[in-house]
Amino acid sequence: MSRLVDVFLHALTQGSLYALIALGYTLVYGILRFINFAHSDVVMVGAWVSYTLAGVFGWAATGSPAIAMPVVLILTMGICAVLGFTIERLAYRPLRRAPRLNVLITAIGVSLFLEHAGRLDAVFGPDPVSMPKLLSEEPLFHIAGVAVPIVDATVVFLAIALLLLLEWLVYRTKLGAAMRAVSFDERTASLMGINVDRVVSITFLIGSALAAAGGMFYGLKYGQLDVTAGSVWVLLGLKAFVAAVVGGIGNIRGAVAGAFLIAFVENFMATYASPAFQDAYVFAILIIVLLVKPGGLFGSVTREKV
Amino acid sequence: MKTLAQRVPELTPGLLPTLGRSIWPFLAGFGFAYLMQVGIAPAVGEFYGSLLVNIGIAIVLAVSLNIVNGFAGQFSIGHAGFMLVGGNAAAAIVYYGSIKLWGSPEIHGGFLGPGELLLVAGCVAGGLWAAFAGLIVGLPSLRLRGDYLAIVTLGFGEIMRVLVTQTGPQLRGKDAAEASWFTLMTKLNGNLGFSNPQGAYLDPQNPFWVWVFVSILLIVAYRLKSSTHGRALLAVRENEVAAEAMGVPTTRAKVSAFVLAAFFAGIGGALFAHELGSTLKPDPSTLGFQKSFDIVIMVVIGGMGSITGAVLAAVILTVMPELFREFDQYRMIVYALALIFMMILRPQGLMGLRELWDTSWWRRIFRRGGAS
Amino acid sequence: MAPLLQIKDLNVHYGGIHALKGVTFDVDEGQIVTLIGANGAGKTTTLRAISGLLKPSKGSVTFAGKPITGRPAHEIVALGLAQAPEGRGIFANLTVEENLDIGAYLRHDHAGIAKDKEKALGLFPRLKERLRQSAGTLSGGEQQMLAIARALLTKPRLLLLDEPSLGLAPQVVKLIFEIVKTIANDGTTILLVEQNAHMALKVAHTGHVLEVGALAASGPAADLAKDDAIRKAYLGVH
Repeated sequence: MSRLVDVFLHALTQGSLYALIALGYTLVYGILRFINFAHSDVVMVGAWVSYTLAGVFGWAATGSPAIAMPVVLILTMGICAVLGFTIERLAYRPLRRAPRLNVLITAIGVSLFLEHAGRLDAVFGPDPVSMPKLLSEEPLFHIAGVAVPIVDATVVFLAIALLLLLEWLVYRTKLGAAMRAVSFDERTASLMGINVDRVVSITFLIGSALAAAGGMFYGLKYGQLDVTAGSVWVLLGLKAFVAAVVGGIGNIRGAVAGAFLIAFVENFMATYASPAFQDAYVFAILIIVLLVKPGGLFGSVTREKV
Repeated sequence: MKTLAQRVPELTPGLLPTLGRSIWPFLAGFGFAYLMQVGIAPAVGEFYGSLLVNIGIAIVLAVSLNIVNGFAGQFSIGHAGFMLVGGNAAAAIVYYGSIKLWGSPEIHGGFLGPGELLLVAGCVAGGLWAAFAGLIVGLPSLRLRGDYLAIVTLGFGEIMRVLVTQTGPQLRGKDAAEASWFTLMTKLNGNLGFSNPQGAYLDPQNPFWVWVFVSILLIVAYRLKSSTHGRALLAVRENEVAAEAMGVPTTRAKVSAFVLAAFFAGIGGALFAHELGSTLKPDPSTLGFQKSFDIVIMVVIGGMGSITGAVLAAVILTVMPELFREFDQYRMIVYALALIFMMILRPQGLMGLRELWDTSWWRRIFRRGGAS
Repeated sequence: MAPLLQIKDLNVHYGGIHALKGVTFDVDEGQIVTLIGANGAGKTTTLRAISGLLKPSKGSVTFAGKPITGRPAHEIVALGLAQAPEGRGIFANLTVEENLDIGAYLRHDHAGIAKDKEKALGLFPRLKERLRQSAGTLSGGEQQMLAIARALLTKPRLLLLDEPSLGLAPQVVKLIFEIVKTIANDGTTILLVEQNAHMALKVAHTGHVLEVGALAASGPAADLAKDDAIRKAYLGVH
């Protein structure tokens, strides 16, 4: 029984991480119809920036003050938001009217750049590091004999809170209506006085901030940060992307639902079936969904206009 | 005055001239490979010889990927997966085959290079296995557009990698001789990579088969591009809906592109696996998406759809890292920036869709005085 | 009084194609001016160039005395120039009410917006019943009404209408043109682009005929409607 609870909790936490990252993919795709391949690298940068900041503030040891985590989180989200904004401005905006394939290739280029630039000694270095413990290791509470660490509870809470915030933004504010209008018809949106470039930039800011949060909490949960050019980040991003697609890409609630679905399948299959194929399960889901219901669980199939 | 229909028999070339016309490029290819083997390889020494072999393999990989990405316009970024499949299949066949045929894994026979009949069999078999994998990957491609297809191919590359890591440890000696082929195919040494410690089948001194396969691929690619089938692929690349409306069997075209490209990628992987013997193995850690990206970068920079471009880029991007060895940590950064700038400033790459004979200076040299 | 909109020697190229060849005309305040012509004559191109969706290769557009050539679309809307584009351009993923509100995107006067919303819904009572519905579920005629209502919510001085009658039943077309007259009477200047030359010339004060990218005729709408050549070409009279 406790094993079941353990897997459940782990899936919940992992699902929350995927959700934070998946939201970024889905927001950008909704607005630009483009898979931001470099998104997983913003996650990576988020993790490493939070590690660096914690060091800068001297919060590397256990027993850092309660203020440590929120401060590092906000700063990390801010820095990565700027990073995402810059990437869009420099690499993607010039290609706004170009064939989609070109932007995809550019995104791959940005991704490779971030991974390998991060590897340089001057930046993050080529060695894996240990993430400082910004949150106490004491369990928050126990369920069925299983300890629930603060980290896990925080991630889940944060993911849900940010999702609700995003929902409010997109469906109840003028900016959100503008984002939805741009995602439907960019040209007519500009006829309403909407500054499309600015809306796109804001979308990237939000998506990147969420990614940063995901990266930081990934580090806090798993403790070890692998090298920037390691497959860990690509796989993490890929799985979050699968989550977004499964939920219906472009759909915010779908992204979160997909994230938890993927996490649960991955964890339960890994525990009760074969752990070696953990990654393969996720891709198998992607392929099945794309073949059977390409619009995803909550999405709608848009017919290709000739 | 005879009608055209009546003149068909006299206009149709005979069997012998047709065969001759079809076959002579392949003979020329063999000749070129022989030249590389007996002429160039001994002359350039160890370092450049090895570089040449690497260039040959890179050409195979780039030109094969070009068939899918360039001709058919399907953005596949899991090419290394096919290398892995082909490489492992070939390595298993050569190694286990040596044991089964001659009782030991040492290299046997061959007049142009060590053990090459088995090597060629291994390469072709590896190619076929990879082609089969290409069929599996290509079928879902029927439904998917650009971005999605890219992710799925990446995913397939990962799945293939995971599957290979799950294979059992390499069998040796008596175990290998007694096991059935079926069992042997599942003993590919997992994450450590399949190795043949007995020595190199391909080394700087014996590049013959590399260049044979390069020639075959170049001929096939060129003929494909100028054929009806190739035109169909290019049509699919330009506008799939319009192509379908014109009667092009788009699904069949796309899948065939995948299969053909995968076949040659498998051969590339097989060659890669046998280069220098045990130092380069077809193992999951070196043939992951990083390798796929390396090949994609070659195709993009060369110009998607241009065979010449792919060859050029393969040469440049194989030679440059050697020249700038000290700056290796900056290599990928430079490539990444090159990719970004290329897309913004010159998205068609070096050659676009053109081939060598489409360029202005070729025309100037070979058609002086003629109409442009 | 200077004309509200001045278009001088407007040239637009689509790559190698010369779509607009030196179009020149004015729109005076308070008028309904119509631009008629066959399919592909360049009417939509003209409106797109005015609204800032296209950059002209030559020529100028001046609105209320200010040059707006080459300025981005969202800035031009802020100056009081709105468009109900070809094909309605409503946001099917938003509700009817959200579509209306998006029209008021640039405005901050909540009282004024509420009043204008009431007025628009008064003009188009059919929309009032469907406020919470997704805009994609509306019929063609209702979508056209929504597009016009939405454009009105930007509180424009000049309203560009691109083929409002396209694909609509004759009864609905009549209704739409009635509303166009009402809006004009309320003080909004209108530049109407239409393929339905008959209705357009009936409702407009001035007309211009566009043929393959160039102006072929201009004058008071009533005169154009009586002109033999125009009648033959655009009004289906033998």
